[in-house]
Amino acid sequence: MQQILDDKAIDRALTRISHEILERNKGTENLVLIGIPTRGEFLAARICAKIEEFENITLPTGTVDATLYRDDLNLKDEQPSLKETDIPISIAGKTLVLVDDVLYTGRTIRSALNALMDYGRPAAIQLAVLVDRGHRELPIKADYVGKNIPTAPNQGVGVRLSEIDDRDEVLLIIKEDS
Amino acid sequence: MKLKRKDLLSIEELSVEEISFIIETARSFKRVNERDIKKVPTLRGKTVINLFYEPSTRTRTSFEIAAKRMSADAINISVSQSSVKKGETLKDTALNLEAMRPDCIVLRHASSGAPAMLAELLDCSVINAGDGMHEHPSQALLDMMTVLERFDSLEGLNITIVGDVSHSRVARSNIYGFNKLGANVTLCGPPTMIPHGIEEMGATVEYDLDRAIRGADVIMMLRIQLERDRVPLFPTAREYADRYGLNLKRLKGAKEGLLILHPGPINRGVEISPEVADGPYSLLIDQVTNGLAVRMALFYILIGGPSESEHEAEEPDSNGKERGTA
Repeated sequence: MQQILDDKAIDRALTRISHEILERNKGTENLVLIGIPTRGEFLAARICAKIEEFENITLPTGTVDATLYRDDLNLKDEQPSLKETDIPISIAGKTLVLVDDVLYTGRTIRSALNALMDYGRPAAIQLAVLVDRGHRELPIKADYVGKNIPTAPNQGVGVRLSEIDDRDEVLLIIKEDS
Repeated sequence: MKLKRKDLLSIEELSVEEISFIIETARSFKRVNERDIKKVPTLRGKTVINLFYEPSTRTRTSFEIAAKRMSADAINISVSQSSVKKGETLKDTALNLEAMRPDCIVLRHASSGAPAMLAELLDCSVINAGDGMHEHPSQALLDMMTVLERFDSLEGLNITIVGDVSHSRVARSNIYGFNKLGANVTLCGPPTMIPHGIEEMGATVEYDLDRAIRGADVIMMLRIQLERDRVPLFPTAREYADRYGLNLKRLKGAKEGLLILHPGPINRGVEISPEVADGPYSLLIDQVTNGLAVRMALFYILIGGPSESEHEAEEPDSNGKERGTA
């Protein structure tokens, strides 16, 4: 197990992403942050806090659970628990920034996009991730990336956030049996 | 917590963890039903057959809408228009339906144990939507969910079930369910409607309604089954209403914040007066809303996974998982 990002590096990455979001969208108008549970939700809250610090504006922030839209439910013997979807305002015509911890195959993002579409027609959806580890299986690309970590097939990425874990860090994990 | 079973036949067979998992899942589905687009693609390509040998509006509609909101195809068969009229047995009907490869059959039948028989016979999932005088598990689940929306836990709650307990599958499922979740169950009704030995299921019997109301946190009124043709269990509907009907006057002796449940359809003025049915304590409409969510949760848990033909297939590797947290 190798530490790729420590707490300071994670914080710097989120600061930069927050600035990039403001820069790209020329401010906060029309923006809504949507986290993907579990850790994307905490990252969205942190970005919200940073933007509040920079601009003195609290962005509406929600969560979307994409479980019911997954394409692999058919392959699972046991059904995953559902998490909360909480979208505080109408997303029609808004610019959504979808936030997740790790971007990998792109399948979770695909399901989240479908789920969001069932809540309304946003003007645009952008994607922010803390880590992009490659190995995409769908044509999906992040707009804001904390850190690119090219991984081998026998490697995994672990994100720990102090909200539910004991500390902030990103780890590169070698899977033992491969 | 995961639920790994093919069928839902009774509350008796469920563990506390399974009951909680179903109710928790149902809470998420309740939110789907509050959206503008009340549909998720989760069960695309799955087929649900509602096979109802007894009349039903609420339960059948609820299962049908639940399947459709999950994007499954739902087919309703009511016996009055089916080959059962030509003398086909339940077993033959079921085997023929299974040949069309449904993923789930929802069965309501007048014979206790009919769903258990089908569950053994068929590879597809079977949900008991009420069998004879045995159980009606989805009803009990929605009742527990409804009470849990008002109380954090059922532990130590006093729940009184009033009416024809002997013929009520709703009562049986609820006695099991409420007991498992730690409530104290009291049964109330005329002696002709309370079976001997029911205390062994874990309930107290009280023949006097006023006493049964006192101290109750929840009262569940059972429907008096006026359509069932058998030895009369009470002299007249009016006399029943007089002694065992819930009305405003009786509620004067009740606890503050009492909740009232009824599985429906109600006989207004018999077991429940209109003022009570439409009153502030009544959760009858919440029960229907929650029933839909519970049935969506049941479909999700029972048939959300591989079809029976794929059950044997190898476990897919977890490479499709997005989470790097390994």
